[in-house]
Amino acid sequence: MSSNIGVSHPHDSAPLHASGTAIYIDDMPEPRALLHAYIGLSTEAHARIVARDLSAVRTAPGVVAVIAAEDVPGVNDIGPSLPGDPIFADDVTEYHGQALFAVAATTREAARAAAALAVIAYEPLPAILTLDEALAREDARVLPSRLIKRGEPETAIARAPHRLRGTLRIGGQDHFYLEGQIAVSQPGEQGDMLIFSSTQNPSEIQHLVARALAVPDHNVVCETRRMGGGFGGKESQAAIPAAISAILAALTKRPVKLRLDRDDDMVLTGKRHPFRIDYDVGFDGSGRIEGIDFVLAGDCGFSPDLSGGINDRAMMHVDNCYFLENISILSHRCKTNTVSNTAFRGFGGPQGIMAIEYVMDEIARHRRRDPLEIRRLNFYGDGPRNVTPYGMAVEDNVIGELVEELARSADYAERLQEVAAFNERSDWIKRGLALVPVKFGISFTAIHLNQAGALVQLYTDGSVLLNHGGTEMGQGLFIKVAQVVAEEFGIPVERVRVSATNTSKVPNTSPTAASAGTDLNAKAAQAAAHAIKQRLAHVAAGEFGVPPTAVIFANGEVIGGRRRMRLAELAKLARMQRVSMSSTGFYATPKIQFDPVSQTGRPFYYFAYGAALAEVEVDGLTGEYRQRRVDILHDCGKSLNPAIDLGQIEGGFVQGAGWLTTEELWWDASGQLRTHAPSTYKIPAIGDLPPIFNTRIYQSGRNRENAIFRSKAVGEPPLNLGIAVFLAIKDAVMAFAASRRPCSLDAPATPERVLMAIERLRAGGAASSDEVPVPGTAAGRPPDAEAAE
Amino acid sequence: MRATIRFLLGAHARELPDVDPTRTVLQYLREDEALCGTKEGCAEGDCGACTVTLAERDGRGGIRYRAVNSCIMFMPALDGRQLLAVEHLADDCGGLHPVQQAMVDHHASQCGFCTPGFVMSLATLYMAGDNPGRDDTADALAGNLCRCTGYRPILDAARAALAQPARSGDEATISLRARLDALDTDSETLAVEGAGRRYVAPRSLAELTAILTREPSALILGGGTDIGLWVTKQHRDLPLTVATERVAELRQVTDTDTHVTIGGAVTYADATARLAALHPAIGPLIRRIGSRQIRERGTIGGNLANASPIGDMPPLLLALDAVLILASADGLRRVPVTEFFRSYRTTALGPGEVLAAIEIPRPAAELRLGVYKVSKRFDQDISGVCAAFAVTLAEGRVQSARIAFGGIAATPARAHAAEAALNGAPWSAEGLRAAMDAIDDGFTPISDMRASAGYRKLVARNLLLKFHLENPADLADAIALRLDLAEGMRA
Ligand SMILES: Cc1cc2nc3c(=O)[nH]c(=O)nc-3n(C[C@H](O)[C@H](O)[C@H](O)COP(=O)(O)OP(=O)(O)OC[C@H]3O[C@@H](n4cnc5c(N)ncnc54)[C@H](O)[C@@H]3O)c2cc1C
Ligand code: FES
Ligand code: FES
Repeated sequence: MSSNIGVSHPHDSAPLHASGTAIYIDDMPEPRALLHAYIGLSTEAHARIVARDLSAVRTAPGVVAVIAAEDVPGVNDIGPSLPGDPIFADDVTEYHGQALFAVAATTREAARAAAALAVIAYEPLPAILTLDEALAREDARVLPSRLIKRGEPETAIARAPHRLRGTLRIGGQDHFYLEGQIAVSQPGEQGDMLIFSSTQNPSEIQHLVARALAVPDHNVVCETRRMGGGFGGKESQAAIPAAISAILAALTKRPVKLRLDRDDDMVLTGKRHPFRIDYDVGFDGSGRIEGIDFVLAGDCGFSPDLSGGINDRAMMHVDNCYFLENISILSHRCKTNTVSNTAFRGFGGPQGIMAIEYVMDEIARHRRRDPLEIRRLNFYGDGPRNVTPYGMAVEDNVIGELVEELARSADYAERLQEVAAFNERSDWIKRGLALVPVKFGISFTAIHLNQAGALVQLYTDGSVLLNHGGTEMGQGLFIKVAQVVAEEFGIPVERVRVSATNTSKVPNTSPTAASAGTDLNAKAAQAAAHAIKQRLAHVAAGEFGVPPTAVIFANGEVIGGRRRMRLAELAKLARMQRVSMSSTGFYATPKIQFDPVSQTGRPFYYFAYGAALAEVEVDGLTGEYRQRRVDILHDCGKSLNPAIDLGQIEGGFVQGAGWLTTEELWWDASGQLRTHAPSTYKIPAIGDLPPIFNTRIYQSGRNRENAIFRSKAVGEPPLNLGIAVFLAIKDAVMAFAASRRPCSLDAPATPERVLMAIERLRAGGAASSDEVPVPGTAAGRPPDAEAAE
Repeated sequence: MRATIRFLLGAHARELPDVDPTRTVLQYLREDEALCGTKEGCAEGDCGACTVTLAERDGRGGIRYRAVNSCIMFMPALDGRQLLAVEHLADDCGGLHPVQQAMVDHHASQCGFCTPGFVMSLATLYMAGDNPGRDDTADALAGNLCRCTGYRPILDAARAALAQPARSGDEATISLRARLDALDTDSETLAVEGAGRRYVAPRSLAELTAILTREPSALILGGGTDIGLWVTKQHRDLPLTVATERVAELRQVTDTDTHVTIGGAVTYADATARLAALHPAIGPLIRRIGSRQIRERGTIGGNLANASPIGDMPPLLLALDAVLILASADGLRRVPVTEFFRSYRTTALGPGEVLAAIEIPRPAAELRLGVYKVSKRFDQDISGVCAAFAVTLAEGRVQSARIAFGGIAATPARAHAAEAALNGAPWSAEGLRAAMDAIDDGFTPISDMRASAGYRKLVARNLLLKFHLENPADLADAIALRLDLAEGMRA
């Protein structure tokens, strides 16, 4: 067995993390004459800026430069794919907290104090502050709406024996990476700019900064060693501090550091898109869906940013694991006067999966069946019941087996009984259980992003230096790629060093996102290592007198016939023979294509699967809840590094559960975000961990596609497992009602929303799903009348 | 008077002149000492990335280790103590500390930004020789946020590291004590001046009240867990702070048959054991105030003087009918806590007056006491509603009732109408109804990011019912039920 592949090597930086010696950007020794920047933020959600008096800012102690829109040498826009994201608002501010100007001063305190002296006169404009308002106005869109439609949803729904309609609202989520956004820009000669940025997307930083500075790309270098967390929040948003620090650095000819403090970070930078989901579903007596109609309204905030792809991915995930033959998915990309929402682990997928899982749950309530039964019934099957609404065949489906294995190992059936028995005897505390399956598409839906480059160098002592376009944000990308390169050379992973991601080493890269970091970069690095190995094999073959194909690289040695030598010796020999030991490698994901006009194709190389079973307990007097037990089974294909993958699964699950429970973003009536620090914005803490928490990697997992060593991407898919916690809470809430009526519960399910849902049930009031009477069928009767079935 | 602060930074003695009294320890470590292992994640005491350890003499010949948030702790607090940051844990050969090694072995870091903070929280337990169970470990880590791992591997690392035997031996303790003694920080009053700001740490109540009389603009500084944020978040300038933490009289906890008296500068951590012993309902409340780091610095006196409508100690103290002892140069006066909160964030404290002690009557054996904190998140959150109920029953009826709430009025407040409605009423769900309605009618809470007015009211009234359900008339039933519930919530 390989000592590199499938082995739980610790994160390459683990000892550095633990000893405090891992260097994040704010920890780097500060260059001479460093200036500190601070950003002046708008205090209106939508207003014309009639006067901007920065004179007091300029003359404040320590201030060296003050810039606003007119001072941007090049283009005042950092929209990642479409324009619309100004670095500084010019004559109109479009959200409370938008950057208006920036100050560079000798200390951070001086810059901050100076910024407070600005006098900005606004003329307020009508602001759209809620998603509902935006949805109601057809002009409030950042991008045109899109539709995916298959079959005859209208007729199928109308003809179905049962029909439910309802609305679900899902809140946004702040990334709350522990390390806030930061960049340091150092000017060089002839217009050069070196930027250290905490970014998932160094190439884009390079390109956007070059454009803002009006210099060619080759003048700008962006380097990223590591981030203290990213989660999508540093895919496009890192460009704000990077661009501002670079402009100030260019202007002052001094290095400039811009570190956002937590409050400014949360106010200024984008978050997960809140969604409103309207559904209309028709199903038969067993709960099988016959037709379904979704309207997905995504709150994009004030600009397009990455919203196109995010809303597309939401549309492509409403099927989750289910064959939905007759379906219409209409997606509106709504514009509100709030911060521009952006990438966040899952990239719209989780909102789509939430939509269908909520519907599954509602159907189960209606049919008075175990929700898992309804889910199984609707699972994708063999052709033709294996085609997604966007026309891709699901060829690698393992959800059936995976769910069975989880249900068995976690005693699902018994625990359903136990929970019911507990609820029978407990009036004020109820328990709930939910098993949620997940299927998640792997690849960027923007096909061109599915490429990667790497640079591998072998030195004459046999050590290897590796560089690739992917960035390390904690996910363990560097160690995984190093394992692959080590495997290629047959050396221990310690002999491979991964250097900071740097746009001057590997150019034109894609963001580290869409879970594809390892899939792409490991393949590129493998190709690079392979190229060097081929050359070395020739050298060794000459030396050993065997054909190159007979040369084997293993255990730090090179073997041919009966002879062997250490890799270092071979490297020295290669140098003497003037053979290159440096190579680039490139990879482009095969098979994928998508037609944006017909909205069909194969956008995903493959799917990753998983399932979670959550049990919770809800207090019917306060709405408080706790997780009692969680069991997860997740498919990583053949895991490259089980420990790293397990970390992604557990961490993703907890983050997903946080999104749907305690993480509430709250804006006041003026459009000001009031939850902008951990004192008010509550991500999961250690006490939220269920006391019983079993996470396992699906042992039968194997990627049927030729992904790196048959592994599967694992960054985003497990976040969706958190939905199980939400639905378990909903299950417990339901148990408070004597008749198991449908009940509405929006996300995040804070104790307040939970208690209010219970209250509505107690009052016998509004359900989320409206029963739509179907003349002449059983559904025409009120739900309670069906209880006798 | 001594104008320099003296402390140990790891193994090294430091004596710093001209210290800016509101410079934070985090700034000092990162900017002045280039010890960048300690991170800033929030600058408000809520994420734990900045956690460091303070070692101090415990007054009994030993060393007391405290995990604290360096981001909101001001420099003068280091005086007379040892400061340990993540860089100070490695052994002489640079090898990882057992806690650090366990974090590596258990894959307990991903992005690593939270890791030094977790390491320091755990190392503090390790140094103190604690080997708590899962719940207490989680309690010690409740103030450390991790966005990446989901915490499970961190708990595993904690279990492994803390199970190791033999920590710092007696010799190390004795030598550290000697080094702290040698700093000689007790013989003179510390009075620091730097960056145009002043700080004084008087050593007696007389000295403190004299300063307060002389300098009416002085700000009393307790643990600084509220005041720290005035600087790091509101960027307020505090020209003169006068610390209570060295005032001998304010640091005492005394027990009598009838009362427990908590000095005005006693931290939650130092009072927990005595308060928890008063009644089983009290410990769980204190455990949910802030985090371990906050409770190591924050004082109960500060919580009262701060007079936040959502502070967690006032409802309990109102329900227990505590008495506050206020001191000034003119002497002492006693003010019942019910008369202490005057209006929004205003108290009965007059100019030059300090909260010297809190006198808490021992609850009678038959008193039913319930304290509830309801917040979005269980750990380290600010209450949406906090409630305390103290009821005595006789023959199935309410004999006396004291009910107090936080979060539903401009000040922490007694619910007099509800109390009146309850007095003499049968102790049954039916008997509560009038009191619950009185809670509804008596308060007009606000809606904000923590909770809506409607929810606050509903919860306030429901909590009375919850208290009733948890306290059946028969005391034996009540105890059985309490155990049952505790088990149910924890299991
Ligand atoms: C992360 C975090 C979490 C928190 N969680 C909670 C929580 O869960 N529940 C809660 O109730 N609070 C919480 N707090 C608030 C705070 O910790 C408490 O209010 C604490 O008790 C304040 O005590 P202190 O000694 O730190 O006060 P300081 O910050 O030192 O002072 C607070 C105020 O009290 C005055 N003061 C202090 N001591 C005296 C005295 N002896 N006489 C007169 N005036 C005095 C000061 O002048 C100041 O006005 C939290 C704070 C943070 C940062
Ligand atoms: S930096 Fe977050 S607690 Fe100190
Ligand atoms: S490892 Fe990233 S925040 Fe904990």
